[in-house]
Amino acid sequence: MMPRFFRRAAVSVLCAASFVLATPVWAEDPPDVQVKNVSAEVLAIVREDKGIAAGDMRHAVELIDAKVSPHFNFTRMAALAVGRDWRAATPEQKTALTAEFRALLVRSYSNALNRFKELQIVVKPLRMEANADEVIVRTEVRQPGKAADTVDYSLEKKDGQWKVYDVSVAGVSLISSYRDSFGQEIKASGIDGLIKSLKAKNSKNSESDAASGNSAKK
Amino acid sequence: MRARQVWAAVGALVLAKTVWAQAEPVSDPIEPVNRVVFGFNNRLDRYLMKPVAQGYVAAVPTSARVGVSNFFGNFGDVPTAFNNLLQGKVGAAASDVGRILVNSTVGILGFIDVASEVGLNKHKEDFGLTLGHWGVGAGPYMVLPLLGPSTLRDTVALPVDYAVGVQRAVTQEVAVRNAMTGLQLVSVRADLLGLDQTLEEAALGDDTYALVRSLYVQRRNNLVNGGAPPRHDDDLDDPESPHNQAKSAPLAPATAPTPESSPEKKESP
Repeated sequence: MMPRFFRRAAVSVLCAASFVLATPVWAEDPPDVQVKNVSAEVLAIVREDKGIAAGDMRHAVELIDAKVSPHFNFTRMAALAVGRDWRAATPEQKTALTAEFRALLVRSYSNALNRFKELQIVVKPLRMEANADEVIVRTEVRQPGKAADTVDYSLEKKDGQWKVYDVSVAGVSLISSYRDSFGQEIKASGIDGLIKSLKAKNSKNSESDAASGNSAKK
Repeated sequence: MRARQVWAAVGALVLAKTVWAQAEPVSDPIEPVNRVVFGFNNRLDRYLMKPVAQGYVAAVPTSARVGVSNFFGNFGDVPTAFNNLLQGKVGAAASDVGRILVNSTVGILGFIDVASEVGLNKHKEDFGLTLGHWGVGAGPYMVLPLLGPSTLRDTVALPVDYAVGVQRAVTQEVAVRNAMTGLQLVSVRADLLGLDQTLEEAALGDDTYALVRSLYVQRRNNLVNGGAPPRHDDDLDDPESPHNQAKSAPLAPATAPTPESSPEKKESP
């Protein structure tokens, strides 16, 4: 009798334990914690990368890309920036647009981080409903001797993971800022023209990353 | 006297017709002219303002530069207080007056921003934002020589802030006034160093015109609305949005009224 009880108890405990262990409870931090961690990590990259000290941004850009990309929904960002014309694009065009837009954003972001390295990022506490699937994480970026700027991340929950689909600096949405230029380009030379412009821009930027053209020392 | 009143009335009517007819997005009817002025401003910046500002940064220690920035910022708090009052934001106006008093006395003529330490934070209001607060639409985008991006409303508003500003009262001597203005320009430009390169990298293609226009107009709209976060009304159409992917199209129309009906859309009456 007793051993049977113990055996059953042991089995239930094992079942419970395996259930808990199987659910990746730790994989998904709340979005504000994720923003905080990733921000700290990219700042560390920019401050410590030896390549940057020598004037070459490329390695740092790769690291930053690897670090932030899992947390961004670049497809949706590209779709929002392109607007109505997105529906008319072919899947290949969509892929190309997403890839080029991502390269543009990551590179500009990395360069900006490098230029303003002494900044301090403070993540505001987040109040969020339990089953919300869209949230805005507000942060403040402080530079010594200047007023703080607000940077807000709009995140959505996709397949159980939080991903950024827009960033607003001082209230100005990144996606909306690009809509104008993208719209003009599409009107002038269609979606392929836009892809070509983005590609040209990206290769130009990566050339100046390699050369020590990034010496905008304050 | 009568002629002036007539002109004022005509001016007001023209303003009303143009601005109240506007709806977002950006209206830029004189784009070719704007682009010329924009190019001029950029060249002036590249060959004069930026090098001078870089020299300023190199020659003057950070603490002194912060002091200069605070000194001019203190003057800026006067039109800010005035405009907060005009917008009915009495608390904010009182805070601004508090800032001016504290910084001018304890902060030694404004060089030290004591007020921010004490929790009286800096606001940024001007008559263009006051007009916006009262419902005046921004009007067409304009690039002003030297002053840069603006809109019709914000340009018309400039003289009001100038009239309210006390900087002119500091001294009657033209030479000193010019030196002060010069220093202020350099100080402001120094604070913005690095941003022009960031803009150039972020812009599509070689020219930053469209991006600057977008940024400026959005920023002004947000300031009028007290910094409201972005509303993505477009993504009701957005096929990539998880909202729209989850919904089956005919039963749950994506354009159902959501709490996202943006308060910042200025509907033309």
